[in-house]
Amino acid sequence: MTHGPGTNGLILEEPLLWEKGKPGRVAYSLPHRDVPEETVDQNLLGDGPEFTDLGELDVVRHYTRLSQWNFGIDTGMYPLGSCTMKYNPKINEKMAATAGLASAHPLLEAGLSQGILKLYYELEQFLSAITGMDAVSLQPSAGAQGELTAMLMFAAYFRKKGEQRTKILIPDTAHGTNPASAALCGFTAIPLASGKHGILDPTAVEELMDDETVGIMVTNPNTLGLFEEHIREITDIVHSRGGLVYGDGANMNAIMGVVDIKRCGIDAVHLNLHKTFSTPHGGGGPGSGPVCVTAELAPYLPVPRVARTDEGYVLETQSAESIGRVHGFFGNVSVLIRAYSYILSMGPNNLKKASQLAVLNGAYVKARLLDTFDLAYDRPCMHECVFSDARQLPFKITTLDMAKRLIDHGYHPPTIYFPLVVSGAIMIEPTETECKDDLDSFIEVFQAIAQEAENDGERLRQAPVITKVRRLDETQAARKPCLRG
Amino acid sequence: MRYLPHTEEEIAEMLAVIGQQSLADLFAHIPADTRFQGELDIPGPLSEWDLTTHLEVLGQSMFTGSSRAVLIGAGSYDHHIPEIVRSLSGRSEFLTAYTPYQPEMAQGTLQGIFEFQTLTARLLGMEVANASMYDGASALAEALLMALRIGKKKGTVAISSAIHPHYREVVKTYLEPGPFEIVELSLGDDGRTDLSALSAIDDLAGVAIQSPNFFGIIEDHQQSADFVHGLGALYIACFSEPLTFGLFKNPGSAGADIVCGEGQSFGMKQSFGGSGLGMFGCKQEFVRNMPGRVVGQTVDKDGKRGFVLTLSTREQHIRREKATSNICSNQGLCAMTAAIYMATLGHTGMRQLARLNYDKAAYLRKGLLAAGAKPLFSGPVFNEFAVVFEKDFTPVRQRLLDQGIAAGLSLEPYYPDLGNAFLFCATETVSRALIDELLEEVRR
Repeated sequence: MTHGPGTNGLILEEPLLWEKGKPGRVAYSLPHRDVPEETVDQNLLGDGPEFTDLGELDVVRHYTRLSQWNFGIDTGMYPLGSCTMKYNPKINEKMAATAGLASAHPLLEAGLSQGILKLYYELEQFLSAITGMDAVSLQPSAGAQGELTAMLMFAAYFRKKGEQRTKILIPDTAHGTNPASAALCGFTAIPLASGKHGILDPTAVEELMDDETVGIMVTNPNTLGLFEEHIREITDIVHSRGGLVYGDGANMNAIMGVVDIKRCGIDAVHLNLHKTFSTPHGGGGPGSGPVCVTAELAPYLPVPRVARTDEGYVLETQSAESIGRVHGFFGNVSVLIRAYSYILSMGPNNLKKASQLAVLNGAYVKARLLDTFDLAYDRPCMHECVFSDARQLPFKITTLDMAKRLIDHGYHPPTIYFPLVVSGAIMIEPTETECKDDLDSFIEVFQAIAQEAENDGERLRQAPVITKVRRLDETQAARKPCLRG
Repeated sequence: MRYLPHTEEEIAEMLAVIGQQSLADLFAHIPADTRFQGELDIPGPLSEWDLTTHLEVLGQSMFTGSSRAVLIGAGSYDHHIPEIVRSLSGRSEFLTAYTPYQPEMAQGTLQGIFEFQTLTARLLGMEVANASMYDGASALAEALLMALRIGKKKGTVAISSAIHPHYREVVKTYLEPGPFEIVELSLGDDGRTDLSALSAIDDLAGVAIQSPNFFGIIEDHQQSADFVHGLGALYIACFSEPLTFGLFKNPGSAGADIVCGEGQSFGMKQSFGGSGLGMFGCKQEFVRNMPGRVVGQTVDKDGKRGFVLTLSTREQHIRREKATSNICSNQGLCAMTAAIYMATLGHTGMRQLARLNYDKAAYLRKGLLAAGAKPLFSGPVFNEFAVVFEKDFTPVRQRLLDQGIAAGLSLEPYYPDLGNAFLFCATETVSRALIDELLEEVRR
């Protein structure tokens, strides 16, 4: 049958750190001791951490072997919907390590930190230009913190106006972080069902939006990969009742240079630099979730803010309306340097082209898998498409089984079982950095798996078989948690 | 553009499959009144060479580009990063992987984070630790929210005024919309937190104290934790310099319920304050109230040991608005880096390095006191301390800056009553020769 790049590799076993090593082994080299030993208060002294002593090669082999059990974008195609697993350019790693920037102390006087402040200021300008919004804060460390920042700003805005608004509309297709962030601000999440075509129906918003409601949180394109075509109508309704609109920019990769977020009527939007702007996910972070807002909300942005004056870049630490700090210093600056480098490497035309090709790849995969899987919503898709396992369920094959079988072929599975509105969802986001040849191979493998679902189901239920471990018992992990050794 | 692989022929073939004429047609359904008008107003594209030159110029304009030493800590520490830590943590299999949702192809991240949790728990003396938070500041805010959740109807938390000023600001930001009260505790003459105001609070959920505190003073966690427990509240120990626990007692041994802080010292470049690492541990009994991702050990269908993300019923993607936190990611790669750093140093290295930091700072402190500075507080310190100068120190500091040495951080912007008080830090990277040069200038 058709086969992806996956084969049985040579996978080496490696124990846990503390199952190896010997007291007396050394992997470090301390700077020369050129000062005398001082006395230490014996009451303060501890025993030191119970760490094993390892040799340098012990450490090198340990982490090299661990790394070989991982699959990254550099390894192969990673079509994880809603996560934008595009290529993370190598040069950006070098840029983040630039001497002078990488070793910068965050509390030196602004006059001694002009280079990084210039970069910071310019990146704010770039993101402002890309979204169409008026002002930006780069402080939030991740998308979820960006959402929280925006919700805190909304709360502060209504406090200032003396309005008591306690509810917020959240579509059923939203990421779980949306209701969780809103709840931290004391807002009650009011679920908003998406219409029968997979996008929001303005009349539903009209019915629920009242003067006790903060507004709405909208992901656009939404998590079904569909553009919310009634967005202007929806934002007009919310504004007419005095509310605010929050945009979740997780899917910005589909619309750079195509859609103006401010013209959509969005008041605040967060971006995921680790998605749209190519910074590496690092197995779960560090990310970066800048918040871009309208001029009306700008006074509420976190401090400090970087400003440009005739004397150079300065830090403004005071602002009466600001929600305050959300990060100990200035956010994940090393991530910001990578995103800045990416934007400069791409330039305006290539950023727009990236969005066009991301949508092209999404639509191509959708078109070619239409006959194989059940499409959740038959509408023009953006950068991702959502199928389900409806055609495979009669053969007792689930989305999970097909996802696991993809692993044996050397592909990371798509996002599965999300969004929750599609039962057995399979959400595929190829991103623009995958070439047609690789998309074709992936599509053919996925088609072959669907064939297997009909005539060799057990093979799918047993998958994966060529990985270091097979399907893991998640129930046991949760029931009897073993969180440390 | 090298990141966009499509040839014109491929684009045409793909459009034909989709049934469209042009790339623009793919966006035909986007309403006119939402469309971007004109071109994106950003510079570029820059070639790899031009980009590198541009960033180098920015780097050279920084004090760190030309300087020899920054003797400031205050939450961001200049430690040597062993080459194996840099090299291994930069492996692209760690770097370019997502959150480990498919555990069979992410055992490297998962075992690495399980080891991070273990090393963190051991370092802090806690029963469990999570897979990390954004930074020390938000970790403290989450710890206080956790204490308020556990305390149910109790609505007040107390935090020491010697907690890093920025951490306290983040706490205020996070707690602002809730029905909570934050009490700030003053300091005694020794620079340790004065707990006497606590007894008057009747709905106290938790008390947070940082050690070493912002002034570098080692707090008495044991005494404070006992006192706070006597009031029926949770004790939260916070830190910004985890290397302290290589030499001094850890907060868990003093009975802390929650321990949180910043882990940048463990192998991360300072990078103007980020990316750092929020470290977070607690007692086992509170684990289901703990925020953040956790990795747990389990077995696969053949009975073989493996690791998965677990206890997700606390988390936002299952619990949505009822989650213990809105956090969705962790600082994955930073946690991995810290684990590699801890593995590299081991027990012996951690102890020796901590001792060397203690001795370097002691040498600098002694020298400054001999040159006429007075200690701001009398309590014991680790690698950071605050002194007050009799004469205006600003001109001396400026002369030292001209020599490439950033001598201490003025405390006045953070504590307006502390005029002419400066916070110094000396780690293993500062040589005795440089300290002697600094002292000579101070004595002049």
